[in-house]
Amino acid sequence: MKISAIITLKKDVLDPQGKVIHQALDGMGFNSVNEVRQGKYFEIEVKEDDPKKAKAIVDEMCQKLLANLVIENYKIIETQ
Amino acid sequence: MKSSVITFPGSNCDRDMDVALKKFGFKNKMVWHNDLELPKSDLIVLPGGFSYGDYLRCGSMASKSKIMKSVINFAKSGGLVMGICNGFQILVEAGLVPGVLLRNKYLEFICKNIFVKIENKENSYFKNLSKNVFELHIAHNEGNYFCTSDQLKEIEDNNQIAIYYCDHEGNLNDQNNPNGSIKNIAGIFNKEKNVLGMMPHPERMIDQSLSGEDGAIFFKNLINNIK
Repeated sequence: MKISAIITLKKDVLDPQGKVIHQALDGMGFNSVNEVRQGKYFEIEVKEDDPKKAKAIVDEMCQKLLANLVIENYKIIETQ
Repeated sequence: MKSSVITFPGSNCDRDMDVALKKFGFKNKMVWHNDLELPKSDLIVLPGGFSYGDYLRCGSMASKSKIMKSVINFAKSGGLVMGICNGFQILVEAGLVPGVLLRNKYLEFICKNIFVKIENKENSYFKNLSKNVFELHIAHNEGNYFCTSDQLKEIEDNNQIAIYYCDHEGNLNDQNNPNGSIKNIAGIFNKEKNVLGMMPHPERMIDQSLSGEDGAIFFKNLINNIK
């Protein structure tokens, strides 16, 4: 089954890319933006039909490789 | 004295490091990332470059490669492990030194000479160095050192900050912080001071006709310290 993981920067970590995107949006006339934070999104097809087990596998992947927990948080979503 | 330089797919300062180590008396071996065992070494170097194309996060893939298990064991048993630039990024991803290296504050790849200041010489790398301010070279896109405030306190309490970005006189200020690193940090030790990660490249400063010789001072001193 397909499991997705979203990796986001923690609140107190500087995100210069997000800032630049915010400025660009501002320049394009999107003046209602307060803040932009850029993150990562993964779709992982796991050879496992039990959603609980599949999520647990991706959870371990996030902890060991996909996210760096010093600066990032992750959230796991069951997509299929 | 024996050293080993690990080559990952995408490393590009491995040969320069090999030349530098040999020039100052090390018997150096190149080790492929897929090997399982390290040759007998007094020093392991993780070189600069773009291992695995900097995919996911710089150094993250290389930190999980086969040889890293041996490198981590070597470091945990007190062996000297030095990571330069991408090597530093690999060390933080492997958890051998604290913190992370974020994208440079102004989103530019920086390639220039800078000055760094050494404050703590009670370690195998800097002991007996005759001066405190060195001119070295940096070339990186992700060198913006970051750690949590708890980590920073621990790092400072244990004297783990190895080198700071500074001006030519050794003054620390924002103008001489090229990438936005916390506290102008350019290099950091593990708690035991046998693992050193730093962004500047001493191996690029070993010949007056190329760029400078402050790196030569570092390597000459290092081999004398290890002997």
